[in-house]
Amino acid sequence: MTPPQRQRRYPSQPPAPEPAAVGERRNPERMFVVGGDGGDRANLDLVTLIVARADPPPSATPEQTALLRLCTAPLSVAELSAYLSLPFSVVTVVLTQMLADELVEAHKPLVRQSVADRSLLEAVMHGLQKL
Amino acid sequence: MDFKNSDTIPGPRTEDRLPQTVQAAVKIVIVGGFGVGKTTMVGSVSEIKPLTTEETMTQAGIGIDDNFGSDTKTATTVAMDFGRISITEKLVLYLFGTPGQERFWFLWNGLFEGALGAVVLIDTRRLEVSFDVIGRLEERGVPFVVAVNSFPDAPRYPVEELRQALDLAPEIPIVECDARRRASSRDTLMTLMRFLHSLAMTGALT
Ligand SMILES: Nc1nc2c(ncn2[C@@H]2O[C@H](COP(=O)(O)OP(=O)(O)OP(=O)(O)O)[C@@H](O)[C@H]2O)c(=O)[nH]1
Ligand SMILES: [Mg+2]
Repeated sequence: MTPPQRQRRYPSQPPAPEPAAVGERRNPERMFVVGGDGGDRANLDLVTLIVARADPPPSATPEQTALLRLCTAPLSVAELSAYLSLPFSVVTVVLTQMLADELVEAHKPLVRQSVADRSLLEAVMHGLQKL
Repeated sequence: MDFKNSDTIPGPRTEDRLPQTVQAAVKIVIVGGFGVGKTTMVGSVSEIKPLTTEETMTQAGIGIDDNFGSDTKTATTVAMDFGRISITEKLVLYLFGTPGQERFWFLWNGLFEGALGAVVLIDTRRLEVSFDVIGRLEERGVPFVVAVNSFPDAPRYPVEELRQALDLAPEIPIVECDARRRASSRDTLMTLMRFLHSLAMTGALT
């Protein structure tokens, strides 16, 4: 039996690869709008690590208080979204305000680089080997 | 969810809390068509019980059932499972099981652009559902390996036949995998890491 055959959409020259920069919100389907409000948002990745910097102030909203309790130890935005049962975009809105108020700090992820960090790749391999 | 009493918010179990020494995270995307084993793979290697992050998107009802004026909108919730592996006391790896349709990918900032690389899970009973994903990753310059899930009733093709059918460059690894087994899933991730490393050595990483 022969498997079906993939047809390349760009058979000759692949288009230039996209830059590895994180945070640009690409929107290939303009019909779709992401949930949450559209204000200026901090540049947060799914795996940006969030750590609490302060106790909840009296003015904290319930969401902020819940979030601060969760990230007394570092926690990714994805995990915050999961534990709070809030969409990722909503969590980034809440965090944007909390970053501005210096209630939390954010640690950027290590992203794919044009010149790959070999020691990073080796560290990940070593970590996986221990599994 | 009721946030008034935040004591009731579920959080990580004590053993799932990351140490304070953790400074940064990396991510790998596991992508594939419906029911191909993404969640299974995430779960088999994750140190935490897999979690789910959701995003809602609204689709403007342009021309669809437009009986009530132009305000009709359909909301779709897209869910993504993920897991976590501690690499060192400073570094943690996250794995995301991502739906194959590209129109969902933009919901999460930098999901592919920032990932170290991707594992494309394929089911040889439905090879064609992977064609689009592979093309999209190529276009975006996301390095990937292909993992063939061993479903019992699936046709088995020689690797070179698969490579030809998927029109993959000779250097792209194709491995067999049983996503239900931790060792097999880990080996698949190792194959991706070795491939990324070889790209880094030859300076071929885009
Ligand atoms: N034999 C075999 N079965 C598998 C393997 N991986 C997953 N399965 C089974 O396939 C079914 C679907 O797996 P899931 O992990 O839910 O697939 P998924 O890609 O997350 O599915 P969706 O999120 O619904 O698109 C489950 O019943 C798994 O137990 C595999 O490697 N071998
Ligand atoms: Mg799934």
